[in-house]
Amino acid sequence: MTQLPTSTQKKLGLVIDLDTCVGCHACVISCKGWNTENYGAPLSDQDAYGANPSGTFLNRVHSYEVTPLATSAKPHPAAQTIHFPKSCLHCEDAPCVTVCPTGASYKREEDGIVLVNEKDCIGCGLCAWACPYGARELDQDEGVMKKCTLCVDRIYNENLPEVDRTPSCVRTCPAGARHFGDLGDPDSDVSQLVAERGGMDLMPEQGTKPVNKYLPPRPKDDLPEFDVLAPYLEPVAENSGGFIGWLDKALDKLPSKGAN
Amino acid sequence: MHPAPSVIIFTTLSGLGFGLLFFLGLGMPDVTGWTAFWFFVIGYVLAVGGLISSTFHLGHPERAIKAFSQWRSSWLSREGICAVAALLVMALFGAGLVFFNSTWQPLGYLGALLSLATVFTTSMIYAQMKTIPRWNMPWTPAKFLTLSLAGGALLAGQVTLAVILLVISGGITAATWAIGDGAFARSGTDMETATGLGRIGKVKAFEPPHTGTNYLLREFVHVVGRKHSQKLRIIAGTLAFVIPVFILLVLPFSHVLALVAILSHIAGVACARWLFFAEAEHVVGLYYGKR
Ligand code: SF4
Ligand code: SF4
Ligand code: SF4
Repeated sequence: MTQLPTSTQKKLGLVIDLDTCVGCHACVISCKGWNTENYGAPLSDQDAYGANPSGTFLNRVHSYEVTPLATSAKPHPAAQTIHFPKSCLHCEDAPCVTVCPTGASYKREEDGIVLVNEKDCIGCGLCAWACPYGARELDQDEGVMKKCTLCVDRIYNENLPEVDRTPSCVRTCPAGARHFGDLGDPDSDVSQLVAERGGMDLMPEQGTKPVNKYLPPRPKDDLPEFDVLAPYLEPVAENSGGFIGWLDKALDKLPSKGAN
Repeated sequence: MHPAPSVIIFTTLSGLGFGLLFFLGLGMPDVTGWTAFWFFVIGYVLAVGGLISSTFHLGHPERAIKAFSQWRSSWLSREGICAVAALLVMALFGAGLVFFNSTWQPLGYLGALLSLATVFTTSMIYAQMKTIPRWNMPWTPAKFLTLSLAGGALLAGQVTLAVILLVISGGITAATWAIGDGAFARSGTDMETATGLGRIGKVKAFEPPHTGTNYLLREFVHVVGRKHSQKLRIIAGTLAFVIPVFILLVLPFSHVLALVAILSHIAGVACARWLFFAEAEHVVGLYYGKR
């Protein structure tokens, strides 16, 4: 049924820390690995080893360069590189769900996860048109719509050790930049983190009310205006003897072109 | 947006076909027997041909029947239902005219209404997309409806009506071009809101997620086609509106010239429809620093 539930019992989602993400793409790989072997059709690749490779991914990491606005104190602020992982945000007002003609796309009443029932999907692509974030990709081999499932087959999976009952990307991230939890519960760790760090919505003007939140990068420290490496480049030994001492003196005596 | 031929053919032909069925339902022209038969054949070939071609871009056309189920929320589902209902009702009405020489007028009115509703639901599939600001306005259904009516009147041989509708639809088409050009900027979505990084400063795409292309870029980012858009607009406008109106108003009536007017109109509408897709920019392009 592609009508949205009026409310969901939980709002499971991710909190992604743009301050700590190092852009390693480990989450991209672990997502592809888990999801190509588990829920639904595999995530196919086309021309994987050829000249023009392309494939289905549920999580992609972009990198942006942001130039801070100039101030009188800092007329030429240094640009910042920010790595930016992006997957389905499991929106509360998910436009991808309501446009679906078959009922294949739906939002779960119990936890708010947005899923595709691949057996009903006709591959019309309309849900991908409706998603502002590019979170849905039509798999070229299978002809069905693929999207992040929030690893619905891990988070409730009693066959996995408890530590693994979290989305694959979160489990993998070496920087601790990804957090998973119930954003509908104001006392949950993720909600606290969002409140503390000023977590934000992407494209709020689109009216999708994303559940996933992004933590903005913290302000960068200022580098002191001296050469931090200079102390380490001082000569270690002033009066060295032996072969090194002789070499040092011999080299000093050589006439150097252009110098002095 | 990628201008997929199947969708351009579908919206162009079925728009015309349902436009013709609308006038046939109203009894314009008032035909029976063999003449009625041929009019209905043309209407059905266009409408059904368009609908069939629209299934070509589906990943699983064999499951298309499921698409009738979500009419409560989905314009695509509503379109399917309206189209099938219009075709069934108009088939009954047509059977009365062709085989029984009798006009079951209430059926005709219902069929006409359903035919227009089909065109409207098609247009709403595009107009509802907040992600594509150029389409996300009431002018989009206005354009689809008037184009369908103009083409229908032309095919139905309603000369005076056709001229009036061609002028109106031409004006609305030009308006959608002019208003659509600034729609993306007015939508307020840009790289800064897309990434949330606007509070730091100006955002530039530094590296895409992959070196190769992907489904999103193929489907939603079509930069090539926009280069010649001004020239194509002039060509589309001339073929779809100027030439047919000139033929109908200025030249003496002949069937050959009427056919030229119709073909010119169809070519022009197809060209405008190509532009409708090629010029439409999806906000997802912003994540790639493209539009
Ligand atoms: S991010 Fe896109 S696919 Fe995911 S729920 Fe929101 S609109 Fe739907
Ligand atoms: S591609 Fe599948 S899930 Fe998406 S709108 Fe079409 S039928 Fe629904
Ligand atoms: S694994 Fe973590 S650090 Fe690496 S790209 Fe993903 S979110 Fe960033």
